[in-house]
Amino acid sequence: MSYHSIVLVKQVPDTANVTGDAMKEDGTVNRAALPAIFNPEDLHALEAALEIKDRFGGTVTVISMGPPKAGDVLRDCLYRGADRAILVSDRRAAGSDTLATSYILAQAVKTVGGYDFVFCGRQAIDGDTAQVGPQCAEKLGLPQVTYLEEILEVKDGTAVLKRNVGNGWEVVRVRLPALVTVIDTANNPRPRRAKRMMRYKFKRTALEFPADSPQLAEAKEKGDLLETWSLDDIGADLQRCGFAGSPTKVHKIQSIILTKEGSVSIEPTAEGIRAMVRELIDDRTLG
Amino acid sequence: MNNFFQDNRDIQFLFEYFDLKELAALQERQTPNGEADYLPRGLDDVIDNYRRVLELTGEIAAETLFPNAETVDAEGNTLNENQTVTYHPLVQMNLDRLAQADLMGFTLPRKYGGLNCPVLIYTMATEIVSRADCSFMNMFGLQGIADTIYAFASDEIKDATLPRFATGEVTGAMVLTEPEAGSDLQSVRLRADQKEDGSWVLNGVKRFITNGCGEILLVLARSEHEIADGRGLSLFIAERDDTVKIRHLESKLGIHGSPTCEMTFTNTPCKLIGERQRGLITYVMALMNGARLGIAAQSLGVAEAASRLAREYAASREQFGAPIEKLAPVAEMISDMRIQIEAGRALAYETARVCDIENNTNRLLERAADTLDPAEAKEMKKTSRQLKKLNSMLTPMSKFYCSEMSIRVANDAIQVMGGSGYMKDYPAERYARDARITTIYEGTSQLQVVAAIRGLTSGAFGSYLDGFETTVYEAAELEELKAKLIAARALLDEAIAQVKGMGSDYLDLSARKLVESGVVILIGHYFLGQAAKNDYKKKVASYWIATRMPLVRMNCEKAMSGNSQAIDDYLDFAGC
Repeated sequence: MSYHSIVLVKQVPDTANVTGDAMKEDGTVNRAALPAIFNPEDLHALEAALEIKDRFGGTVTVISMGPPKAGDVLRDCLYRGADRAILVSDRRAAGSDTLATSYILAQAVKTVGGYDFVFCGRQAIDGDTAQVGPQCAEKLGLPQVTYLEEILEVKDGTAVLKRNVGNGWEVVRVRLPALVTVIDTANNPRPRRAKRMMRYKFKRTALEFPADSPQLAEAKEKGDLLETWSLDDIGADLQRCGFAGSPTKVHKIQSIILTKEGSVSIEPTAEGIRAMVRELIDDRTLG
Repeated sequence: MNNFFQDNRDIQFLFEYFDLKELAALQERQTPNGEADYLPRGLDDVIDNYRRVLELTGEIAAETLFPNAETVDAEGNTLNENQTVTYHPLVQMNLDRLAQADLMGFTLPRKYGGLNCPVLIYTMATEIVSRADCSFMNMFGLQGIADTIYAFASDEIKDATLPRFATGEVTGAMVLTEPEAGSDLQSVRLRADQKEDGSWVLNGVKRFITNGCGEILLVLARSEHEIADGRGLSLFIAERDDTVKIRHLESKLGIHGSPTCEMTFTNTPCKLIGERQRGLITYVMALMNGARLGIAAQSLGVAEAASRLAREYAASREQFGAPIEKLAPVAEMISDMRIQIEAGRALAYETARVCDIENNTNRLLERAADTLDPAEAKEMKKTSRQLKKLNSMLTPMSKFYCSEMSIRVANDAIQVMGGSGYMKDYPAERYARDARITTIYEGTSQLQVVAAIRGLTSGAFGSYLDGFETTVYEAAELEELKAKLIAARALLDEAIAQVKGMGSDYLDLSARKLVESGVVILIGHYFLGQAAKNDYKKKVASYWIATRMPLVRMNCEKAMSGNSQAIDDYLDFAGC
């Protein structure tokens, strides 16, 4: 029995390596100053899908929503073993919050069809919401298993999965198709393969060429075009995409710099500890 | 993400410095591609692939091999009760990673699933891997075994083994050394007997075999029992099975991740590689040349690791109110380490480049002769002869210089770090233990000198230098430096001429001094070439010539002194 997986991946600013000019004056992320990377947990989602393919056979299709530059992460997926990569890119999708994004991705997943698993990273390091995976599952009407730690068994149309619940594990059996979000302790993502890199490095999305240019025609002829879908291609309702479909409005972003200096000594007695706890409750650090 | 290619300024420079287009053109010409679906689109693309492959190697080296190295060193591999070996789980992990990344068929043609990279790129990769874990180079570097099979075995053997090397399904071993045949491989005794049906079996013992537990074994064995010397030896290929037993895993000073095996063969079925009697004199010599360059790269890698560690320590360790790198003796040690590494790299990479031209020229002459017009074929034959001579000097020079350099650098790294360097808290002591083997295996430094001195006394070295001496540099400072190299060469020529007239014992006694002088002059010229394209390298060339030409003068003075007491008064000095 082979299984078909779809993996949702995202290109994100490398917020882990923040340098001086990473934040703008207004406290928003200065994307231009940060290198764009493969969202770390999405690599683990891809690995989970490739592991299913290695163990049982099947295919791995990767979908990313983003600007043409997001082709980088899709090429990376091809280098690591994905069979098919699709970029959903459309100016009308700009400004999408998690609700709109999950709608668009769910539409793309439906358009691909014929899947047993949808894998997502638990969350992306630029927003850290962990909402897109679960919202996709709702829109697709799929059962969802979040915080995947290990794939224990897949057979007879179900999967037995171990999920991390923070202070322990939970083993669940889920009916397929299902959506699974993956955390970074689940596996060790495989490296890119040199030969696949040599083969797929030419893949570009049509959006990266000037329209109707000879370069575009040439890329098409050589089979170098990365599948690129617009909102129309996935039958999306435009009212549910981009700014129109995004109820989340960022009211204000504050850059908080913890400035308190110095230290406080606490008496190593029961009373000293009690006093400290009271203080922490009062300033709402606790409780 | 750390990357041992991208963080290395000198390797990056050399990647740009060498004419990779010339190498790529030769490497790609008539190369068998089979059904490969990852063919390059023109030479620029080939070079882009080289860069990507090195980036991938650099990433795996830094992110997987490097963090694993300390545990692998502490725990080593395991000899099982049934006389097989289990790799340390982290060694296995390293192998799996490189195989997953398609990096175990680095130089093999695409027909067999390889990446078809030139030796120069493989040498860079070997250095990068060795910086991460010196001992793991012995697994990564064994790809030369596949190259030997490709060069000399029948199509049947090639088809049966090479694709498995490229996927990482198998690793190999060069099974040469025996208890009584170390440096003197001519006295190998392991028997190969041909049965009535024409098939061969092996019987006997081999010792100190790196990765003897590998699946594909290239075994040097005596097929002609009536011939006692090297002409009685042939090369065989055997697959590991129950007839091959590992009876001992050596306990070593360093490179603990590399399993060094003592092994027995009992009626082990095998196949002949190439022709009988050419085992040692043709095939093993070719195999060893590649392996020696590999050790040069390994030496560079471990020296790079040690010098970086020392620098990091010296910049952060404060004594007398300042980082210790502000102290002149410490600064001198670190500067000198860095320049010695760049020197070794210039020599080893140039050697690799020459090997590539030689290998590919020979390959075209042997396998694609019908595609060459007669004039070109004639020219190529001439090139092949010249390069063979040149390489038989440059390869031992590289192995000699780089390995000696690496033990000096690793030693100095400990010195820079003082007590901390001596403790197991830092890997400095591991680097020194790991580096120590490099002057010994694949031919000791003393044997490299024996091989290299021929180039100096035959005139090959002189004609090679002529090419550099006639190069004219635009920058006056480089011309001044060149004049110093020319003066040093004149002195060396005088010493060579004098020593040649003083008998073979005296030549043997002086050979190391002459070879060392030749190497530092040659490196001086390489640095000038680099300096013509890079301002930083002007500083390197200037430092090198200022600090190393006195070494030439010292060596030449010693050689011309005629003092041979080390052998004449040996019994007095060593004791009866």
